[in-house]
Amino acid sequence: MANLYQYQSSNIRRTWLLFAVFFVIILGLGYSLTMAYGDPDFIVFAGIFSVVYALISYYSSAKIALSLAKAQEIQKNDNPDLWNIVENLTITAGLPMPKLYITPEMQINAFATGRDPQHAAVAVTAGALQRLNKTELQGVLAHELSHVGNRDILVSTVAAVLAGIIALIADLFLRSLFFGGMNRGRGRNNEGAGVFFIIAIVLSILAPIGTMLIQLAISRRREALADASGVLLTRYPEGLISALQKIQVDNVPMATAKDSTAHMWLDNPFKGKQASWWHKMFMTHPPIEERIAALQKMGGGA
Amino acid sequence: MITIIVLAVVVVLVLWLIMAFNGLIRTRNQAQEAFSDIDVQLKRRYDLIPNLVEAVKGYMTHEADVFEKVTQARSQAMQATGAAKAGAEDNLSGALKSLFAVAENYPQLKANENFLSLQNELTDTEDKIQAARRFYNGMVRDLNTKIQAFPSNIIANMFGFKKMDFFGGDMTDAERQPVAVKF
Repeated sequence: MANLYQYQSSNIRRTWLLFAVFFVIILGLGYSLTMAYGDPDFIVFAGIFSVVYALISYYSSAKIALSLAKAQEIQKNDNPDLWNIVENLTITAGLPMPKLYITPEMQINAFATGRDPQHAAVAVTAGALQRLNKTELQGVLAHELSHVGNRDILVSTVAAVLAGIIALIADLFLRSLFFGGMNRGRGRNNEGAGVFFIIAIVLSILAPIGTMLIQLAISRRREALADASGVLLTRYPEGLISALQKIQVDNVPMATAKDSTAHMWLDNPFKGKQASWWHKMFMTHPPIEERIAALQKMGGGA
Repeated sequence: MITIIVLAVVVVLVLWLIMAFNGLIRTRNQAQEAFSDIDVQLKRRYDLIPNLVEAVKGYMTHEADVFEKVTQARSQAMQATGAAKAGAEDNLSGALKSLFAVAENYPQLKANENFLSLQNELTDTEDKIQAARRFYNGMVRDLNTKIQAFPSNIIANMFGFKKMDFFGGDMTDAERQPVAVKF
């Protein structure tokens, strides 16, 4: 990747590609089920349910995430330095000022949430405030604001909807097989329906894992994108690079880390003793070495 | 059949024309707003400076020429327009830097909370001016790209959209030198 703009574009393209794979899986599953049963009820039901569920979680995502992390809101007087850093970044980014929060964790980390820039919230850990200097903090906050500006909450919600649809369809279908509710009455002919049944079974078993991997891949791309966009805000890659290097050697665990919110943080909060094989395999963020190397290649110092 | 296809193509073309034109209008207005926004930050600096001069006057009784320079540079910057404005603003930054450097010799002043808070505010203002200029440059980049890239350049030429200048793109070599701080 020659420069930050190209890195941005590449990550956006790869996100679209991953969503395209999602759609193909949904279409494949839906089509084979429709051909097997001659009845699209599965898909319609799963679709409606997923969308409703996603809307509810989208609108309450900020409140839930913040309370899970035990975040405390702050005003300008509570920490004018932090406030000014964020305010100046919002001027550069053309975004409204988000609500600011501090969480009592000592791990160096930060996250951004909120359904759109007008309702955004950015949280920083107490550890980050203590252990990062001003330029490093700026790099971190620029990354978080980029998540807001790039509408990453929306992106991950859409991905979750699609994953939910697939998981529901697959689950319903396999359950119906298990309980022998095979209504072949409306299928065109037995042979055609049979092939599609097999395809549907295979997809239903593979799809949930596949979609989880796709969701994680999308999350990794958006994290890399936020790195690039954040550096384009500060025009100072060394800030974020230095912060990531500090995070790389930071083994302080986070007491309030949860699987459901792990993807939102600047880096995976499950580290140190908590990082099991499982967590490392299904990574929500690109490996830190990769992130540092990418930023250094595109214009940062050593 | 043919008429339907032709009609569809025409509709799509008209829609694209409207969208491209509106996009150019929107981007140009955003760039102009960003330019005015820089003035908002500059004004904040103008407003803070008299307070600063008052705060230090009592302590730095023999440094009248330092205040003079700052006050003068401020008036010049407020009156300057167009190409001269950037240079005048840089002069003002330089004068302020000299004042803060001289203030280092006055420990009672440095301990004064009012002075410290003003110093913080002014430093933050400089950061905000930089942020506003950077945002403006981003908007200009987007506008110029739309004006030059195909196919929006067709619309741009048709309706007379002009490129805007980046901030700092017309700095003279003298302006590119580091600002001198005189003790």
